[in-house]
Amino acid sequence: MSHVLVLVDAPEGEVRKSTLELLTLARRFGRPAAVVLQAADPAAVEQLGRYGAETVYVVDDPAARDFLVAPTVDALARVAGGLLKSGDLAGVLTGSSPDAKDVAARLAVRLGSGVVTDAVNVEAGDDGRPVAVQSAFAASYVVRSRFPAGVPVIAVKPNAVTPEEAPVEPAVEQVQISFTDLGKGARITSRTPREASGRPELTDASVVVAGGRGLGGAEAFALIERVADQLGAAVGASRAAVDAGWYPHSHQIGQTGKTVSPQLYLAAGISGAIQHRAGMQTSKTVVVVNKDPDAPIFELSDFGVVGDLHAVLPQFSQEIDRRRS
Amino acid sequence: MLRVVTLVKYTPDPTGDVGFADDGTVDRAAVDGQLSELDEYAAEQALRLAEEAGDAEVTYLTMGPSDAVGALRKALAMGGDRGVHILDDALHGSDVIATSRVLAAALSKLDYDIVLCGMASTDAGTGVIPALLAERLGIPQLTYAQSLALKDRTVRIERETDVAVETVEAELPAVVSVTDRSGDARYPSFKGIMAAKKKPVETWSLADLEVPGDEVGLGAALSATVSATKRPPRQAGPKVVDEGEGGVALADFLAAQKFI
Repeated sequence: MSHVLVLVDAPEGEVRKSTLELLTLARRFGRPAAVVLQAADPAAVEQLGRYGAETVYVVDDPAARDFLVAPTVDALARVAGGLLKSGDLAGVLTGSSPDAKDVAARLAVRLGSGVVTDAVNVEAGDDGRPVAVQSAFAASYVVRSRFPAGVPVIAVKPNAVTPEEAPVEPAVEQVQISFTDLGKGARITSRTPREASGRPELTDASVVVAGGRGLGGAEAFALIERVADQLGAAVGASRAAVDAGWYPHSHQIGQTGKTVSPQLYLAAGISGAIQHRAGMQTSKTVVVVNKDPDAPIFELSDFGVVGDLHAVLPQFSQEIDRRRS
Repeated sequence: MLRVVTLVKYTPDPTGDVGFADDGTVDRAAVDGQLSELDEYAAEQALRLAEEAGDAEVTYLTMGPSDAVGALRKALAMGGDRGVHILDDALHGSDVIATSRVLAAALSKLDYDIVLCGMASTDAGTGVIPALLAERLGIPQLTYAQSLALKDRTVRIERETDVAVETVEAELPAVVSVTDRSGDARYPSFKGIMAAKKKPVETWSLADLEVPGDEVGLGAALSATVSATKRPPRQAGPKVVDEGEGGVALADFLAAQKFI
């Protein structure tokens, strides 16, 4: 089987769970090889190997961090080009963050290939080539796409699969590249890291607790945070709550915010406008607390409570404590 | 003179029952179309840049079936000077790779200093067209701008990623995409709507762009839809009315599902 390149997402050196998912998916149609755009931390290499990366390509050049998107494309194209020469490239998988999708698309142009973004799964087709599965129109459709020609490039959403270990001893290969002028066109002149909340990253989280307009004010997010911490969850917010200034935009779920597909999504005080549903509709289990029995969010719920979240959530929270003590 | 080209897309009303036609493409006839809401923010930023520059020209560019001209008229009602509509039957079913090729060909034919886009369309929503245009035109991409400022020939944006807030700069020409946080779009005035009817809109075919018809469209797509299956509507589960035990009921359900 040929190699499948996986673009590693490892902010602060720690490999994200979504990258381990990509390695797991890659094994369905090839042999995973990881591309890391920073110094190779031994722990990271070990972890990539544990999930099946036979080779770890390391491109450690500050340009990849100082300029937007294009140097990452240069680096991937370089590694992909090398494998293509020996006919040894079955595909490329990236994450589905805005920048990762841009990387995937630009790489596809350079490889003369097609690209599918926001895949929720990748399957091996009858011919052994990958089939990308997407969820379209607020998850009302399942769309499967194949790649008639070229090297399939697929940007995959988090939580597509449960990461499975397949330990190998990875070979580490340093790659030197000289970036194009184009690669250095958009310079990142400042970067202010977001304050760590200590909670899981929203897009990776397997449980998300989200609050909306029904909270009535910023202080009520304390209820959401308390429940989130009890469930090991990330905190989300509807656009209405963000626009009201109750919670930071980086937590917004929906069409113009983050897209999440956790195992469990708890929506409190969120009516479920189509723009919100677009960001959470692929969640596996949805539970709802809302005082309006006609709120559209109930159409998606596996279990709903019609009631005031200011009463229901504290009781729920106490109940969790009680059951755990 | 500052030459601004803003990309606009005519998309099905997202609150409609949008689906797929038999050939796996979006069924655009089934639901009313509109200027993609997210492109209104790009139009707004184009108009603000033009107002600041004084000497400026704002052109809107769209690609789509004949009714896509509606997106140009709506944007022109907000302001701006002219529209270009790429219209050719051979474009039906084009993937993002072909779409970006055609749009880049049109941009190369237009003069531009800055290309403005919305952050994504409201239908396919890939969000990768701005990056693809930067790739094809060989110019910098400044994507997902929450704010945008132009000084001399340097454009500076602020953007927010998963992990950080970033400031990014590039020299013109550049492609910039803006989010819904970049500033509310103005409403077209009655005068604006009337004036828009008289603004020039050109229609370009693939021949005008010297792009062969057999290299775009459904037949040439590098990613091809194998199937588009309507998911059975999600079966809503039980709904209990809180009469003092709602939180306990929720805990019972989640415990049964092994979440607690």
